[in-house]
Amino acid sequence: MARNAAQPELRTFVAYVEDQPGVLNRVTSLFRRRCYNIVSLNVGRTHEAGVSRMTFSVEANADTAQRIEANLYKLVNVLSVEDITEKASVSRGLALIKVTVGPEKRAEVLQLCDVFRARAVDVGTDTLIVEITGDQQKIDKLTAILAPFGIAEMVQTGEVAITRGQKGIAATAATQPPAIRGIVAA
Amino acid sequence: MASPMKSITEPQAKTTEPQAEAVSLTGAQIIWDTLVNEGVTVVFGYPGGAIMPAYDAMIQYPIRHVLVRHEQGAAHMADGYARASGKVGVCIATSGPGATNLVTGIANAMMDSIPMVCITGQVGSNMIGSDAFQEVDFTGVTLPITKHNILVTRAEDIMPAIRQAFYIASSGRPGPVVVDITKDAQQNSCLHRYDPTPIRLPGYRPERHPLPEEIDEAIEMIKAAKRPIIFSGHGIIKANATGQLLDFVSRTNIPVAQTLLGLGGFPATHPLSLGMMGMHGEAWVNTAIQEADLIIALGMRFDDRVTGNLKTYAPNAKKIHVELDPAEINKNVKVDLALLGDVREILRMILPHVEKRDCAEWNAHINALKGDSAVREIQSLPDTGQLFAAHVIFDLWRYTQGKALVVTDVGQHQMWEAQYYKHDYPRKLLTSGGAGTMGFALPAAMGARMACPDDEVWVIAGDGGFQMTACELATCAQEDIKVNIAIINNGFLGMVRQWQQFFYGGRYVATPIKSPDFVKLADAHGLKGIRVTQRSEVQAAVEAARSFKETCIIDFRVEQEDSVYPMVPAGADLANMIRRPYPEGHNPIFETGKDS
Repeated sequence: MARNAAQPELRTFVAYVEDQPGVLNRVTSLFRRRCYNIVSLNVGRTHEAGVSRMTFSVEANADTAQRIEANLYKLVNVLSVEDITEKASVSRGLALIKVTVGPEKRAEVLQLCDVFRARAVDVGTDTLIVEITGDQQKIDKLTAILAPFGIAEMVQTGEVAITRGQKGIAATAATQPPAIRGIVAA
Repeated sequence: MASPMKSITEPQAKTTEPQAEAVSLTGAQIIWDTLVNEGVTVVFGYPGGAIMPAYDAMIQYPIRHVLVRHEQGAAHMADGYARASGKVGVCIATSGPGATNLVTGIANAMMDSIPMVCITGQVGSNMIGSDAFQEVDFTGVTLPITKHNILVTRAEDIMPAIRQAFYIASSGRPGPVVVDITKDAQQNSCLHRYDPTPIRLPGYRPERHPLPEEIDEAIEMIKAAKRPIIFSGHGIIKANATGQLLDFVSRTNIPVAQTLLGLGGFPATHPLSLGMMGMHGEAWVNTAIQEADLIIALGMRFDDRVTGNLKTYAPNAKKIHVELDPAEINKNVKVDLALLGDVREILRMILPHVEKRDCAEWNAHINALKGDSAVREIQSLPDTGQLFAAHVIFDLWRYTQGKALVVTDVGQHQMWEAQYYKHDYPRKLLTSGGAGTMGFALPAAMGARMACPDDEVWVIAGDGGFQMTACELATCAQEDIKVNIAIINNGFLGMVRQWQQFFYGGRYVATPIKSPDFVKLADAHGLKGIRVTQRSEVQAAVEAARSFKETCIIDFRVEQEDSVYPMVPAGADLANMIRRPYPEGHNPIFETGKDS
């Protein structure tokens, strides 16, 4: 597929960082300082003690993406970084949507939720809280469909992502970071 | 050089031997024990509340402390010490305003990749976040201007933190590291034994190595080029690759242009040295860059002062970028081949395989571009009694046989120095490049003198910048630090005035600057001062300054409204230079051969 490398697109990165106070600040400060706009960011602990994993989406072209990766590697507390935009991966976010819906239309909403494999986690007299997991597109779509009923509030996590296949991304890259290499297309 | 203050108390070295049994020390003692074990002999600093425990313990260790007059001076001194010696410079300050006064110096070191460790005191750990007296979130403040920073709240964390700081500051692409230590961490005690084993940080891999096929590709590109040009940057000096570069040039005869911070990395008097490139580079250098078909960029980062308009920059050239920091690749200029790694190692890998060539046609073409300008205009004009800055710097080069360690400030004099003082040796020109920090020269020169006590150190500063850190004259006097100071005094903030002349309709807003009588100022400090108003007086003044054992200021009263030529306006095409107007009444000696 021919892609325009100069065109900014939504790119997803996965980074392992040391689970220490201030590390998130170092990462976000880098983004702020270099004017990279974070679209979503998620941080959480992993199965390895002392290691956190970040997933973040950034609007960037291929060149900027390389520099984001290279700049992140310059942070001492960043263990490894990978741009998984081009990789086969699974990404999921979670949203909780509080819909203002009374008994008369409740069934209709639940039916729509069913299509999205979303489920109701709380039912009140005039509201319904829907939980949905999926990629951003799916969440956005459900949000749009529920909007006519009235959304009282909604909250969503940043997307988390993981590559498909057996080999994982190393939490502590023992080898040289796979940064910019070789002949760069002009 | 023992400080006279030091002899009052007997210094008793208590440094722990690496193999020794662990002993109970206070955090304050651990700071110094670790610094001494890291090879530190001199620190530049200023005491205050939150760092007092450390100062109290300092006297027990073989450390020379230089008491500055302002913490910015301490940071620049540590910076100058590091630039001159290649070692890590150390400065120390208290919390709050003491620490924030370091900020300009830290940012300056960051921009020029200078290995520096800054130790700052911090309020007690139980008071952090309470807006305590002299509390500033210093790791927060310095986050974007340090390579790394560490807040230490426990005595047992001090040694690992300082060791990490030295390792991070000096490895890979160097940079400043801040270690902010709370007062209670300094006061508390713990068992301590200096650990000499190599540091391992899982997320920090400063070393890079190019792939063999990338080296092959570079060799092919060099072979195919008809009009190649080498860019020699600061990285050549930092990597101690001057010998490898010379070997490479001897074999290939490819001409070498330098960045401001790269000056001295390749001998300026070498026939293939083109001099500085960019905004105030000679016209033939910039013309050669625009005509080149291959740029071999060694340890430089295509700063905007180097490239001018990126859209029209070196349009005919393929570019090989040899660089240690991957984040610099394709940042400003798109390159065709990136070789990531130590420039010295990469030159060594390339050298045996690159074919011998003479580049005769290309070099002859560049020489033709130089035309009559090999003898530059100002210095070759007859002595009319006027004193030009260029005279002063050219004569200084002559009378110091080009061997002085010169530290420049920022502005016109800095560019004239780069044009007229021919540096043949690395680490003999220290200047604030990336940050452009006025006030850098005097303190940085003092740090350099501490690192290289046998060097003849010259400060070249403008009358504006000099006044920004002139308080350090008192430090020179108290600490017996001998430097020679040439103030290029034109009564203006000269570079800004030049911009006002060129780009702001000649409205000299806030650029005329009144200075104190610098000769009297020197005298007030117990130092020497000389005033020079004629070119005929330059030599005697330079020789007198060298002969004094004290620091000496020479107040050179130069032409007030002279400008630095040529000049590529910011963001303009590299080929689009403002040229020196022909002097009236003289047979014009071209500034460059390719005048039109």
